[in-house]
Amino acid sequence: MNNTKTVMLCGVGGQGALLAADILARCAMACGQDVKLSEIHGMAQRGGAVTTIIRLGDQVASMVADRGCVDCLVSFETTEALRNLPYLALGGSMFVSDESIEPLPVLAGKERMPRAPRKTLQELGAFVIPAGILAKQAGSSKAVNVVLLGALSTRLPYPEDLWRATIERRVPEKFKDINLSAFNLGRTWALEHAPKTEE
Amino acid sequence: MTENSEKRELISGNEAIARGAWEAGATIGVAYPGTPSTETMESFAKYPEVYAEWCPNEKVAVEVGLGASAAGRRVLSTMKHVGVNVAADPLYTAAYTGVGGGMVILAADDPGMHSSQNEQDSRFHAMASHIPMMEPADSAEALSFTRDAFELSERFDLPIMLRSTVRVSHTKCPVTLGERTEAVVVPYEKNPAKWVMMPAFAKPRRIDLDERIARVRAFVDECPYNVVERRSSEVGVICAGATYQHVREGLPEASVLKLGITWPLPVGLIRRFADSVDKLYVIEEASDYLSTQVRALGVALESAPAGLPAYGELSPSLIAQAFGGAAPEVREAPAGVPGRPPALCPGCPHRLVFRELSRMRAIVTGDIGCYTLGALPPLSAMDTCVDMGASISMAHGFELGLAEEKHRPVVAVIGDSTFAHSGITSLLNTMYNCGSGTVCILDNRTTAMTGHQGNPVNGITLQKRPSRELDLPTLVRALGVEDVRTVDPMDLAATREALTQATKSDALSVIVFVSPCVLLSKERKPAYSVKPDCRACGVCSLLGCPAIGRDPETGKASVDPSLCVGCGQCAQSCPFGCFVQEKGERHE
Repeated sequence: MNNTKTVMLCGVGGQGALLAADILARCAMACGQDVKLSEIHGMAQRGGAVTTIIRLGDQVASMVADRGCVDCLVSFETTEALRNLPYLALGGSMFVSDESIEPLPVLAGKERMPRAPRKTLQELGAFVIPAGILAKQAGSSKAVNVVLLGALSTRLPYPEDLWRATIERRVPEKFKDINLSAFNLGRTWALEHAPKTEE
Repeated sequence: MTENSEKRELISGNEAIARGAWEAGATIGVAYPGTPSTETMESFAKYPEVYAEWCPNEKVAVEVGLGASAAGRRVLSTMKHVGVNVAADPLYTAAYTGVGGGMVILAADDPGMHSSQNEQDSRFHAMASHIPMMEPADSAEALSFTRDAFELSERFDLPIMLRSTVRVSHTKCPVTLGERTEAVVVPYEKNPAKWVMMPAFAKPRRIDLDERIARVRAFVDECPYNVVERRSSEVGVICAGATYQHVREGLPEASVLKLGITWPLPVGLIRRFADSVDKLYVIEEASDYLSTQVRALGVALESAPAGLPAYGELSPSLIAQAFGGAAPEVREAPAGVPGRPPALCPGCPHRLVFRELSRMRAIVTGDIGCYTLGALPPLSAMDTCVDMGASISMAHGFELGLAEEKHRPVVAVIGDSTFAHSGITSLLNTMYNCGSGTVCILDNRTTAMTGHQGNPVNGITLQKRPSRELDLPTLVRALGVEDVRTVDPMDLAATREALTQATKSDALSVIVFVSPCVLLSKERKPAYSVKPDCRACGVCSLLGCPAIGRDPETGKASVDPSLCVGCGQCAQSCPFGCFVQEKGERHE
C-alpha cells in the first residue's frame, strides 16, 4: 500500500478526462498493479468543475485524494489547476494545458479570472503545455487529453510501448493515429522542457 | 500483459452490482434513475438474458419487482438513497411477505451530497424494515455480495438490501468476472398467508418475520462477509464500505472488524472483537448508525481523540488526523480563484422560463433535476427545492398560506420525468381541493440530469422496446385542469405571454413547455456574435448563458463561438437587437 501513487485529473467536464484516466488505469493493470479510478457524476457535470482520481500501486485501499497527497496533478484548464493546488503534494508534478475557460461568475462580471495564470503556475513548478496547439498538430483539437497523458507518462514507470499499445486498444480505429501522435507530442514536449522547469 | 490480468476487468461498483445480479441468474430489473445508482440498471439492461425497465418511481419499481419475485424470478431493483424513502411503503411490508425468487435492492447513498438534496444513511431503513443490509467496499465485493445476496434472499425468505456509497458506485477497480448460473424459477403457488398482508395474515407473518430474522442473526455471526483483520491489539476499528478503505490507509496499524453485513449486526463477533483490543472505535461517514447500534449492545466505544466530522465524506488523512496524525503540508490556492458552479447549458430550453419567472418576481417552488440550477445566480429564480414532486404540492401550500394577503404569483416548476415520478398525484390534490397557482411542466423530452434516460413522457423504454409517449396536456385536462397551454420555451414572447396570462387567472393553470434538451442533438446552428454598438446594458448576462461574456471594463457583451449553439435566446432578450447570427453553415 505504501507505493500507492495518486493522479488527479481536473477540468471543466466534456474534456476527455475519462479516456485519459481509463488508459492510465489499464497501463497500470497491465503492469500487474492495483488501481482505483474514482469520478463524480450528476449535477457536478453541468459545466461545473470536475475531478477524476486515479490511484495506482501494489495494493490500493482508498479511492479518494487528500489535500497535500496528489503526486501528479493534470489539469485541462489553468483556473482548475490553481483551485486544486492544495491537493498537490510538495514535490509533486503538475501538468496544465495552457487554456483558460471563464466560469459563469466571471462571464457575468461578478468575479475576475486570476491574473497571469501561466506565470503563477510556472512559478509553482508546473509544466504549462500548449496542449491545444499540439492536439491540433496531431490532427484534432479534441486530443488535448492524450497530449496531457503523453506529458504525464514521463513521470510514471510504465514503458512507452505499453502506453502506445493501450491507446491503440482503447480508441476507435479512425482516431488511432491522431491519438498516438498526440501522445508523442505531449511526451516529447514534457521531456524537452523537463530540465528547465525542474531544477 | 500477463494471462492473469486478462481475466480482470476494470469496472465500477455499479457495473459490478449489475454483473453480480446477472451471474446470479437474475432475469428482471426495475429502477428509477438517480445518482449515484443510475448506471447499475443501465448496465444490467445490456445483458441479453434479462428484461429491465425504468419505472416512473421507486415505489412502483419495488412493487413490480416484488410481483416478479412472487412469480419466481430473481429480481434486481436499484435506486438512490432518497428513492428508498419513496419505495419504503412496499419495502417495509416486503419483509413480511418475503420473496419467491431472490430479490435484491440497491440503495446508493451520497455522503458529501455530490448530487443529492440530503445525506441519509439507508442502513436505518434496513433496520427499521427488517431487511438485511450488505455493504460492499469495492467493485469486487459489489459483484460477489450481489451474486450471493440472491441466494441469501431465497434462503431466508427476505429481500436483501445492498448499500453502496458514491465512492463504491463510481470507483472503477479490477474485478475477476465469473460465469452466469441460470436460477431455478421458484414456481408460484397461491398462498394468501404469505402474500395477502391484511391483519389476519400479517400478524402471524410478523411472528414468522422475527423467526426468519433470528436465523439471519445466527448466520451473520459466522458468515464470510464480516471479517476481522488482526493487527495492533491497542486500537480496534469497526467500519464498512468505502470507509473501510480509508481506515486501512489512515490507520494502517489498527485491527479492523470490517462489516459486510451492517444489519443485523454480528453481536457475538463484535463482542469478541471488542474484548480483543484495548480501545474500540467505530468509524463511519455522515451517520451515527453503526456507533449507536454498537453502543446499544452495551459495548464501550471510544471517540477519536481529535474528533471526526459528523457529515460529509471521510478520507485517509481525515481519519489519521483524528487520531493525532499530522496533516500533510499544503500549498493553498492563490487568492481570487473564481468559483465554477454548474450552470444550465448554452441553448438549454429551461433558461428563458427562469429568466421570465425572475423578471416577474414570482414565488417559484422548484423540483429535482437539471432545472434546479435555475436557483443559482444570475437567474436566481427558485424559492424552494425539497423532493420529487414537491414543487406542485408546496405551491398549493404557499397559496393556502398566503390566501389572506395580496401576494406575488406562485409558480411550480417541474420536469417531465419528475412530474411522472411524483407530480401527478400532487396536481390531482391541488385540483381536487380547488387550489390555485400555476404549474410549469418543463418537458425537455428526457430525464436529463441523470444522463438522458427514457421516461413515461417521452415513451423511450430502457431496452428500447416500442412504447408510446404520454400526452401531457390531455392527462392534465383529464385531472380537471381547464387552463392548459402548450408553449415553446425557446420563444421568449410566447413564454412571457403564457406566464403573464396563466398567473393572472385565479384558477389553477398548467403550462407545458416542450422543447428537447439541447444535449439530445449534436446539431448546432451557426453561432451568434455581438454588434460593436452593444450598449452594455447587461440584460443578456442575466440569462446566465455560459457562452455570453461581459467585458469587466466596458460592460459590453461578447459571445464565445465555440460554446454558442445558436439558440437565439440572447437575440430575443437583447432590447437593442445587438446579437446577430453568423450566416451559412456552422464551421468549427
